[in-house]
Amino acid sequence: MIRLLLVLLTLLTAQAARAETITLASTTSVDASGLLAAILPQFTKQTGIDVKVLAQGTGQALATATHGDADLVLVHDPDAEAAFIQSGHGILRREIAWNDFILVGPADNSAHFAVSASAVTALEAIFSSQTIFVSRGDKSGTDAQEKRIWKAAGRNPVGQGWYKDIGGGMGAALNAAAALDAVTLSDRGTWLAFNNKRHLTIVLQGDPALINRYDVIQLNPALHPQAKLTLARQLAEWLAAPAGQAAIGALQIGGQQLFHPDASTGG
Amino acid sequence: MVFTPAWSAPRPSPRHDDQKLDRVIPSLWPVVRLSLEVSLSATLLAALLGISLAAVLALGEFRGRRACVVAINALLGLPPVVVGLILYLALSHSGPLGSLGLLFTPAAMVLAQAALATPIVASLAHRALEQAWTEFGPALRVLGATRSRALPVLLALRRRHMATAILAGFGRTVSEVGAVMIVGGNIAGHTRTMTTSIALETSMGNLEQALAIGFVLIGISIAASATLLALTDSPEGRKP
Repeated sequence: MIRLLLVLLTLLTAQAARAETITLASTTSVDASGLLAAILPQFTKQTGIDVKVLAQGTGQALATATHGDADLVLVHDPDAEAAFIQSGHGILRREIAWNDFILVGPADNSAHFAVSASAVTALEAIFSSQTIFVSRGDKSGTDAQEKRIWKAAGRNPVGQGWYKDIGGGMGAALNAAAALDAVTLSDRGTWLAFNNKRHLTIVLQGDPALINRYDVIQLNPALHPQAKLTLARQLAEWLAAPAGQAAIGALQIGGQQLFHPDASTGG
Repeated sequence: MVFTPAWSAPRPSPRHDDQKLDRVIPSLWPVVRLSLEVSLSATLLAALLGISLAAVLALGEFRGRRACVVAINALLGLPPVVVGLILYLALSHSGPLGSLGLLFTPAAMVLAQAALATPIVASLAHRALEQAWTEFGPALRVLGATRSRALPVLLALRRRHMATAILAGFGRTVSEVGAVMIVGGNIAGHTRTMTTSIALETSMGNLEQALAIGFVLIGISIAASATLLALTDSPEGRKP
């Protein structure tokens, strides 16, 4: 009984003792792909700063930061990021890496578009052939990208029986696509790391419109005085510096590079 | 950019090697330990609160007592995800308790699970204490015991019922995922429990790992239930 009380007390006070810890609100794609697990230990080793990762999807990550519950964000939805900065919560957006979105689906590809087709052409083909399509539906960066392509194609799939809005993370969408033999939009990193591919394969890739850029955004000290902004800036700068960039570029699965470091072109 | 023509590439055959399990086992213990620490702490809190509440409701006489009993029984089915959301809003930096800095910590998870387990402990303990008070109250009063002096006697008489109530509370906490995911954030090494690990591994397509952790959780759950059964099956436990 007394031991349990001690455990409880330790749990309650454990946070205060670790000052050198920051919370990074990020997307499911950089977490599920293994990127953060690969690079953050190097940052911790070099700086002594521990990083707690919240893998939430871009929409939720930005909301968490807006509430003041994170110290830094790492996300991938240019429009939502712009709104976050516009609202005064975010400052100093830095592009740190890019990869690309792909369409994955069953190899027989009943919508019959070429693997090198444009994303717009592919979604038009999916729409007219009523191919089962899994949508994230969670306001993540990937979800926002998917909605942009539908808009560019001039189609609105919402409400169609073949359009499955699952309201989940990238992994949940891939699991659903594997189970339903459906097409879904995925970032390449999560796809390469995903271990339940079953009959799914890449059915479209290479459209320049499918570039997926990851940005790190710091919080505005005027609105978020409680955030650990100095420590957060160290992480943001490390991610863009040669050490962080090299760590990002080194991650490979099956000989394929998951993320391309790209801090030099900055945003 | 360099693209591998994965479209035509042969699919790798499903991996059934033991390497993945070897990889998961060392990382499993911190997760199991955190799960148990959080759930046991929450159960302890729920036990203290729940049994106190049960004692007041079983032995006390005040207006609204019946309504309180009904309310506690109504809260038995409290949806974890809603408890998580409410606690999240309260503990967020922009919420009323934000200055405590508890969001995304094990302490927040303890609070969430305690909120879920307290009605269970209170309800089960209340039933047992009320029956014991009906049965032994008159005799205890003849012996000159006040309500506050009768309580320890009743608790001792119904100790197995109390243990059962506490174990039922533990069962609720250890298998819960909705609330701890929201207030804990599933942060690796900080707030990742067995249940949130299972959700994460499933989302990464690592179904074997998810299942491995699931078996550990089921084992703990079965052990708790077996203990519960052993307690309720004892002669003292059969008494009304």
